[in-house]
Parts: sequence; structure tokens; C-alpha cells
Amino acid sequence: MNAKAASKKEREDALEGIGCSRKRVEDPRFTQGKGNYVDDIKLPGMLHGDFVRSPYGHARIKSINKEAALATPGVLAVLTAEDLIPLNLHYMPTLAGDVQAVLAHEKVLFQNQEVAFVVAEDRYSAADGAELVEVEYEELDPVVNPFHAMDKDATIVREDVKDAKEIGGHGPRKHPNHIWNWQAGDKDAADKAFKEAEVTVEEMVSYQRCHASPMETACCVADFDKINGELTVHGTFQAPHVVRTVAALISPLPEHKIRIISPDIGGGFGNKVGVYPGYIMAIVASIVTGVPVKWVEDRIENLSATAFARDYHMTGELAATKDGKITGLRANVIADHGAFDACVSASKFPAGLFMIVSNSYDIPAAHVSVDGVYTNKAPGGVAYRCSLRVTEAIYMMERMIDILAQKLDMDPAEIRLKNMITPAQFPYTTTFGLQYDSGDYPAALKKAMKAVGYDDLRKEQAQRVEDFKAGKTRELMGIGVSTFTEIVGAGPSRVCDLIGLVGTFDSCEVRVHPTGAAIARFGTKSQGQAHETTYAQILSSEIGIPASDILIEEGDTDTAPYGMGTWGSRSTPVGGAACANAGRKIKAKAQKIAAHLLEVSEDDLEWDVDTFRVKGAPSKAKTMKEIALASYSNVPEGLEMGLEAVEYYDPPNFTFPYGAYICVVDVDVDTGETKIRKFYALDDCGTRINPMIIEGQVHGGLAEAFGISMGQIIDYDEAGNVVGASFMDYFIPTAVETPEWTTDHTVTPCPHHPIGAKGVGESPNVGGVPAFSNAVNDAFTALGGVHTQMPHTAPRVWEHAKELGLVA
Amino acid sequence: MQTTKVSLTVNGKEMEADVDSRTLLIHLLREHWNITGPHIGCETTHCGACTVDMDGKSVKSCTVLAAQADGASVLTVEGLANADGSLHPLQQAFMDNHGLQCGFCTPGMLIRAYRFLQENPNPTDEEIRWGISGNLCRCTGYQNIVKAISAAAAQMNVKEAAE
Repeated sequence: MNAKAASKKEREDALEGIGCSRKRVEDPRFTQGKGNYVDDIKLPGMLHGDFVRSPYGHARIKSINKEAALATPGVLAVLTAEDLIPLNLHYMPTLAGDVQAVLAHEKVLFQNQEVAFVVAEDRYSAADGAELVEVEYEELDPVVNPFHAMDKDATIVREDVKDAKEIGGHGPRKHPNHIWNWQAGDKDAADKAFKEAEVTVEEMVSYQRCHASPMETACCVADFDKINGELTVHGTFQAPHVVRTVAALISPLPEHKIRIISPDIGGGFGNKVGVYPGYIMAIVASIVTGVPVKWVEDRIENLSATAFARDYHMTGELAATKDGKITGLRANVIADHGAFDACVSASKFPAGLFMIVSNSYDIPAAHVSVDGVYTNKAPGGVAYRCSLRVTEAIYMMERMIDILAQKLDMDPAEIRLKNMITPAQFPYTTTFGLQYDSGDYPAALKKAMKAVGYDDLRKEQAQRVEDFKAGKTRELMGIGVSTFTEIVGAGPSRVCDLIGLVGTFDSCEVRVHPTGAAIARFGTKSQGQAHETTYAQILSSEIGIPASDILIEEGDTDTAPYGMGTWGSRSTPVGGAACANAGRKIKAKAQKIAAHLLEVSEDDLEWDVDTFRVKGAPSKAKTMKEIALASYSNVPEGLEMGLEAVEYYDPPNFTFPYGAYICVVDVDVDTGETKIRKFYALDDCGTRINPMIIEGQVHGGLAEAFGISMGQIIDYDEAGNVVGASFMDYFIPTAVETPEWTTDHTVTPCPHHPIGAKGVGESPNVGGVPAFSNAVNDAFTALGGVHTQMPHTAPRVWEHAKELGLVA
Repeated sequence: MQTTKVSLTVNGKEMEADVDSRTLLIHLLREHWNITGPHIGCETTHCGACTVDMDGKSVKSCTVLAAQADGASVLTVEGLANADGSLHPLQQAFMDNHGLQCGFCTPGMLIRAYRFLQENPNPTDEEIRWGISGNLCRCTGYQNIVKAISAAAAQMNVKEAAE
């Protein structure tokens, strides 16, 4: 009428759909102090809980005296395992099929294990009470070194399961401290490859115990309504529906009377997937007292007791021809799971997706064997921006291929290019049976090499070695190359499930309102990934409603469709696919309504950004907004009213994002200090939904990879004391140490995903850790260094230089 | 329990409370007054999530007693926007430059950056990195935070020159 009709491009831009660096809709509340995190929740009459924790790594509990604690002003109750036994709640199931003590029963199995729970009027009196609970212990020998856990005379960690034939249905155990053995690949074929190999290399590559430590620790508020028998738990849950189902399984409450709410979450990184004793105790305390109970762990509790990561000790072997073609791969792994196997994993995969170990390379024969063992250390999910042993596997492979290159005097980039799966080989089935979806690995590495000036860097490095040998410098230079293929988007329910019950699908429910705005709900849960922003972009591209008119909601099990939550880079591959497909269902129904309104057949219509038009008569059209209104007033006969859709998406396969990273480091040989000079990261995550957010994910993941490889370790001394579990000791990089990142990308869409997306959150961890570690190791390669274990702290690097005779 | 009476000006508003003498400033703000912008990340002064501005200095309110803050003027992230509701240039710059993800460190980061830009209105990137080194972030890898603070500084300098 007045303004000129918007062009197609203008209408597309107005949607802010896929490919747009849309600004985040979460940010106004977070930048104004209006986020709603669990510890911000305050309910009438709410009490506070705090734990009494074990000072010992392994000890028998002789007695617990609650009297002084109960006499403390404000303290209302002190709960111990004895109080939980009648409820059969002193143990809870873990996601790995084991059980974990909610409160220590008879023995404590790791330092800072939960022993008693004090409930008080405020957090100060709860802490006072916890101080005054008297526990008498008899110390026992701890099992600290995982390599000695299965020694004949090793102390038995888990008396409660010492005679169990198997744990979590993973086959026979060799020792009371053995949890399971898991193998993959063809042992005979691998052994044959090694027997016939021209060259072999072997190295024990450790990925140390570390911790994701999100800025917000784990916490919850449990609120039991006695009258209606309803339980509401607000908590830091990455997978709220899983928590609800576990709660229904272990309590007398039916699942429809349990409501789990994950509000804003202050970072997760896998640290908030599992179910922890604090959650159970807050629930028990709320049921006992009849009022809401809050539990918030402090940082030391988080680092020392809640969900460690890694602790994988991998003896890798490669067999190859003299010119560097890999012919065989073997790995023998000792996995330290701590005192309880609480690993977050699909039920059938006790070692996660470790079979990704063949990485981006065309390896004809391989075999891996992993033994999980119990030690007197904290249990945990093992996740840290990668939950399924992918980062461990890729780290081992990326170290081993460098070690092979060194033995053959080949360049690390050259040996990778020689062994990479080529684009023509896709879809490619690995020797472990995984079917990789799509990729052009050599193109990614070549682009990365060109971007950093790889050949010149190698020349500079060679000159540096000469200068070092000539006494002209005391600084060495390392170049770390890492080419990785990730496996994410767990996963097809035929192979993947959680707690042996529910498949790893995910879900989306869309409702379009009469005025053409919409709400969409999901079974996933953002912890900073900005789902409220990006899911709306997927949907807007599918249904032609601007992203700004679509509200995204997650985290409330009473309203959201059932889903497996957010971990393992699965939100885009699985939740994003559910979103696109739900949108397509909406569009299909809209097309029927449009045909009815325009009095043509459905086939006569074509979609144009946000409008259905009659083919050949484009002015005859109905916008999605008009159709939305009609869906509530004027639908064709036989069609139900409304414009809603639900999609439960069970992926046909995993997705396989990949990348090529190059890191340049300068190493001061006399101090062991390292300085990252350059870090270049090329990621291919398929279709890119929001480039700004992808880059942000990569930056953050690289900073975490930097922390892991250069400084983070949760270590234990011989007595089982956890060493360094506070921010005083545990290395969280500040802005000063953290390097500058250069990001880049290629785009190879995933052929089996509705919009071709693959997921990206974990890639920088998986690719970043080997890039940093390879860089540090590479600095010493020309001087005889082969492998030094992470984290590459200054004292360790200096020790390495000393072992090589480079410092006095 | 020994109690102490404290009076503070918080975000321009005069406030009073009777608190247990050992009460920390962060708990006074969060538990007593429901000012939940400042967060608790470590309780050991390392992470900076609880950073507030107290009498012109950035302080980590998890290791300041409420009693020590008696008589002080405190600014939290809730008081950062202008009286008319328009955002502070730092808030806008963090949104424009993707300077936050989970948002948990953001209130402390913003309040620290607010003071830092008064200490150094024309910082280099290196100076910004040192300036916020008491505030940890696990999500962003810092690069976009540095970019945001730099953009806010430029914006504020332009505004000042115009005034």
C-alpha cells in the first residue's frame, strides 16, 4: 500500500535464520544481573544443607556422633548412611550401571567423600554443624596408582561389590578392583599387521585427571510438597529428564509427580550431567523436613568430589611401512574411574566412543583394549567438554603419529596427509565399523598450513635448533599439528542409550500462535551455548517466522518434551535436527491450509521464504503469519485446528565434525616456561547456524584445551590426599596467559542431518589438546625428545629438558 | 550470635541490615537483599564472579566482611545501566561482541571492566588482559571480552569528546 514490498533478500534477512550472526537473546538478562541461576532461587522457609566429608582417602568409619552438631543453633538435622538405609537410598545408581554411595556406608573410599548431611536454617549454621559432627575413622591403605590397582595384594576398594561377577553388564572382572574390560577391532588382524610391519612405535601416553570446573558449581533446591506428594527440584542439570527418570526409579514417587527444572546454568562442560549425592540429600532432607532445602557446593568440593575428567593411561602402538603408511594400530588402556564408576556414557559403551581412535586416517587393522579400575579417588562423569573418551583417543593417536613421524624422519604434516582418508572414500567405514559421514581432511590441513606459513615456520624452527646447538639461543620452538575427526551427536538409539532404558534421541515441540509468533520447547538444555538464539534461527529458516518472534524454552520437565539433554555436542546434531523436522511438519500443515485458503491444490504452491505462492501466479499468496491465524479459524475439512508439531528425532548415525589446528610455541629451556606464539584453528562443523556463536565456542574450547595441556591436574599423593583442588592450585587460565586465537572454517554438510549441521562445542577440546601438547613435544624432537606427559607446566618441561641433557 | 548493624549505599540506594558479624558482603547482598547479580564461584578470592565496586575500587565481595563495608558505597551490575534504563556502553559492547556465554562471570567481569576503564580509559589489549586477570571465565577464551572492553572504551571516549 505505502512501502515498497520487501525484496526476497530483505525478507530473508528479517528472519535472522541459519547462517546469520544473530546477537544472543540471552545477553540482556545476563549483562544486567537478571540471570536466574540455581543459587539465586529462594523459596519460603528454605533450609540449607552442607556435607561432612572424609579427611581420608580410604578409611573405615568406626562411629559418627551427631550430638554437638545437633546442639548448634540453627541446625535441624544430621543425616548419615544409617538414616538412608531404611529408605534404600544409601546407594544410588550411576549412569555407568554401577552404584555410588550417597553417604559413606562403613567405609570412606576417597578424600572428601560425603559422610553426613547437615540441615540448618542458613548456610552459616549448616557449615557450623558440619564442623561439629564427630567421625571416628580407622585408616586403611589407599589404592592410588591405577597401574597397581589389580596387583595381587592390592587393597580392595569396593567391598560392596567385591564378589560381583560384572559391573554394569560389561562382562567378567579379573580382580576385585577391576570394573570391566572393553575391546574393539580385530585383534588377529592387528597383531598380524604388527608382525609384518617394517616399522613400529610404542609409547605410554597419559591424559591426566583434570576437572571441567564450570564457574558455577553444582547446586540444587529440592522442594517436596507433602500434601500433593509432588517433588520439584531446581538444579544444575545438563540432562533434566534423565534426572527425573532416575529420581522416579529410586524413590517411591511416580514420575508424573516429579518436576525437574534447570534454570540458567553457569557453564557445564559435562560436569553437570551426572547425579550427585548433594542432589539426593537435598531431596531426602526436603522430604524429611517438609520444606525446601538448598544445597550448594563450594569450589573445593566441586574440584575434589564432583565429576573429575579423563585419567586415561594409554599405551599406543603404530605399525607402518618405511615410507610412513600406517598399517596397524593397537592400544592398551588403564582407565582410572575412582571409587565408583559414574562415567557418563551410553550404556553399551563403558569406554565411550574410544573407537574413534583411528581418527582421520585410513588404517586397515586395529585393536584396542581398555580396563577400567577402581581406586581411592573421586568418582565422576569423566566429561570435560567431551564426554565419551573421544578427546583421550584422539590425543593418543595425534601423539603417536608424531612419534612415528619422528622415527621415520618425516614431517608431521606430511605423514598426516599421507594417511588421511580422502574425500573420494566417503562415506568411509573405519576398521572399527564407524561410518564417517563427510569430509575433506587434506583440504583442511592444506588450508591451515598455508594460513600459518607452515614451511617458513619449519625453516625458522630448524634455524632455531642450529642456533641452540651453537649456543646462540636458549629458546626452542615447537610446531604442533593436530588433525582430528570427532564423533558427536549421540546417537542412534539402536546403539546408544542411557541407564539401559532410554535411547539417545532428542525432541522439539513447536506451537505457532494465532498472531504468527511461536514457542518451541526442547529436551536439551543450554549451559551457555545460546540455544535460545540458535534454535530460533533453525526454526525461522524452516517456517518463515522471524527468529525474534520465536521463544525457545528448555529445562522444565513438566513442559519440555522428553530429551537426553545437552552433552557430547549433541544439541545441534540431535536437538537441532528435531527442530528442523518439527518445523517441516508445521510447514507441511501450513501448506494444506494455504491451499485451502487460496483454493488451489497443495501441489500448486511453492514456498518463498515466509510465504506460500501459487506457481505461475505469485501475487496469489499467503504468508505464514496469515496461515497461522487461519489455522485457528479456517482449516480445510478433515484437518485439525491449530498449528503445532512434535518431533522425536532419533539420528540414523553420529556426526563427524573435523578440523586442522596448528600451534606454535616458544620454550625457554632454562626455565621450562612456554609461550604460545600462534594458534590457528580450522573447524568444519558442516552447516554453520550462527558463525559468531561457533567462533565463541571455539575460543572457549581452545582456552580449556590450553588449560588442560599446559597446567591442569587433579593429583593425589601416596596417602590418597587430593593435591591442588582449589583455584589457588588448579590452573584456570586468566586473560593474561590465554593466547590469541585465529579461527577459520570449511563447510562440508552432514549428508544425514536435516540441515547438514554436525556440532562444534567439543571440537576445540578434542583438537586443541593434541595441538598444544604436540607443539611442546615438537620443540624437543630435534634434540632427542620423544614424549613428555601433560600437563606441560614449566617444572615438567624443565625436567624434560634436563632428561635430554639440555640443562645442567 | 553477635550481630552487627551495617548501613551501605548500594546502587545509589541507602540500605541497612542487622547481620551476624561474620557475614560476608556477598552474602549480605545476595541472601539478605536479593541482589543476585554478583555470583559466588570460589569463595577464595580467585575467580572474581563476586566482584563489586566499593568506594571506587574493585573488590571481591566473597572475602570482605559486611561489617567492613559499613558506610561504603557499593555498585553491582544491577546499578550499571543508566537511570533512564539505557545500557552502559560496557553492557552493550559485551552483547555486540559476544563477550559472554553462560553469563555467570559476566556481572563481575562488567563491574571490574567498569572500574578498569576509569583507571585506564585508553587501554591496549595487553593492558585489558592484565586489568581483568582477577576475573576468570571458562566459556569465552577471553578474546571477545577483550574486544568488548576495547570497543566500550572507544565508545566512551567518543561520547566524552562529544560532551
